[in-house]
Amino acid sequence: MINLDFESEKVYNTGRAPINIHAFKVPLGKVHIIKERCKECGYCWTYCPKEVLEKSDYVNKNGYHPPRIKKGKESACVACGMCEAICPDFAIFVEEIKNE
Amino acid sequence: MIEEAIHPKDIYLRSDRFPHIWCPGCGLGIVLKSYVDAISKLDIPLDHHVLVSGIGCTARLPGYANVDSYHTTHGRAIPFATGLKIVNPELQVTVISGDGDLFNIGGNHIIHAARRNMDILVVCVNNFNYGMTGGQHGATTPEGARTSTTPYGNIEHSFNLPYIMASLGASYVARWTSLHVRQLTKSIMKAMKMKGFSFIEVISPCPPNFGKYNKFNDGLSQMEFFYENSVLDNNADLSEAYIDFSGKRPLIVGEFVQRIRPSYIELERDLIKRAMEEP
Ligand SMILES: Cc1ncc(C[n+]2csc(CCOP(=O)(O)OP(=O)(O)O)c2C)c(N)n1
Ligand code: SF4
Ligand code: SF4
Ligand code: SF4
Ligand SMILES: [Mg+2]
Repeated sequence: MINLDFESEKVYNTGRAPINIHAFKVPLGKVHIIKERCKECGYCWTYCPKEVLEKSDYVNKNGYHPPRIKKGKESACVACGMCEAICPDFAIFVEEIKNE
Repeated sequence: MIEEAIHPKDIYLRSDRFPHIWCPGCGLGIVLKSYVDAISKLDIPLDHHVLVSGIGCTARLPGYANVDSYHTTHGRAIPFATGLKIVNPELQVTVISGDGDLFNIGGNHIIHAARRNMDILVVCVNNFNYGMTGGQHGATTPEGARTSTTPYGNIEHSFNLPYIMASLGASYVARWTSLHVRQLTKSIMKAMKMKGFSFIEVISPCPPNFGKYNKFNDGLSQMEFFYENSVLDNNADLSEAYIDFSGKRPLIVGEFVQRIRPSYIELERDLIKRAMEEP
């Protein structure tokens, strides 16, 4: 099956536990949505590996429902960048939060 | 969340033209994303990039990228690109155009560019139909597939693009779907570093035309088909890598050809040198 090449998989899904998992910082992402560009294709909320996104009630000027962050998932984004990469409309991007 | 945030890739786009004209779920925006992602990561100066297309939905793509671009006549992207490269070999010349444009009306040009191992990169976005003009079938429409002009199913054999390109001697041949966005970006970056003719086929959803006639009600259902049926096989027997949407055969993707073979520009330089040295 295909490898979607999620950066996060390297840490979570390899089955090979790192020697000290606590030494690994899980990246934290901040999602930005450019609502008026969205065409509601659903790719971002379908392919987010952390299920952070869902369709919102908001209707943009072209009649589409852009994504929003699900309740309770406000700090679940791991900045993998999949939503940004897969959005055909340049309507979503993620910023990695650097916290020391 | 900052609503007015500017997309980090906007500097590589003609963002005043957004939202773009493509339909919801159309894969073309993803190809544009991969292209701008690739040029943003490479060390080639932006003013060395040229993007060329013919006519069609795909051919609108260069109009959205903030590099020098040529939206040429139907089927003739390759001759324009060839001319640009020969006159100024410093340029990174990339053609991004549709299956109909490159392999139906422009079919003759692309086979000769591959045969010559011309130093250009061609990205063919294959949506298996003429999207812009209402979904007519063409040489890339898979056998059995329905389109607006083959309502009972296409009876013709279709072109198997990587097989054709590999047989003609292209230096680099790959195929991805619009779901393989990261692999596509890496592929474009690699192809831009290769000498000679590089070819990347991108299988892409066209929901209102090809999709509608083939039980893909939206872009997502065709992306799910890619997800379930794609098989990565860099060593695939390309004669078997043709596409059908019956779900009975794997959709083979990968980097099939990477070879070093004298390119047209190299051979031409060598020829000029020899001619000058002759008494
Ligand atoms: C000489 C000429 N013949 C026909 C047309 C009509 N025409 C416009 S786009 C197109 C097909 C484009 O198909 P493709 O390259 O697959 O692009 P897509 O829209 O599917 O991305 C055709 C036949 C034209 N513009 N010029
Ligand atoms: S970057 Fe996007 S796809 Fe990745 S976890 Fe965050 S919201 Fe989900
Ligand atoms: S991928 Fe982009 S266009 Fe599609 S629903 Fe998400 S934000 Fe909207
Ligand atoms: S008709 Fe097809 S190829 Fe053209 S913009 Fe719509 S989905 Fe894309
Ligand atoms: Mg087409």
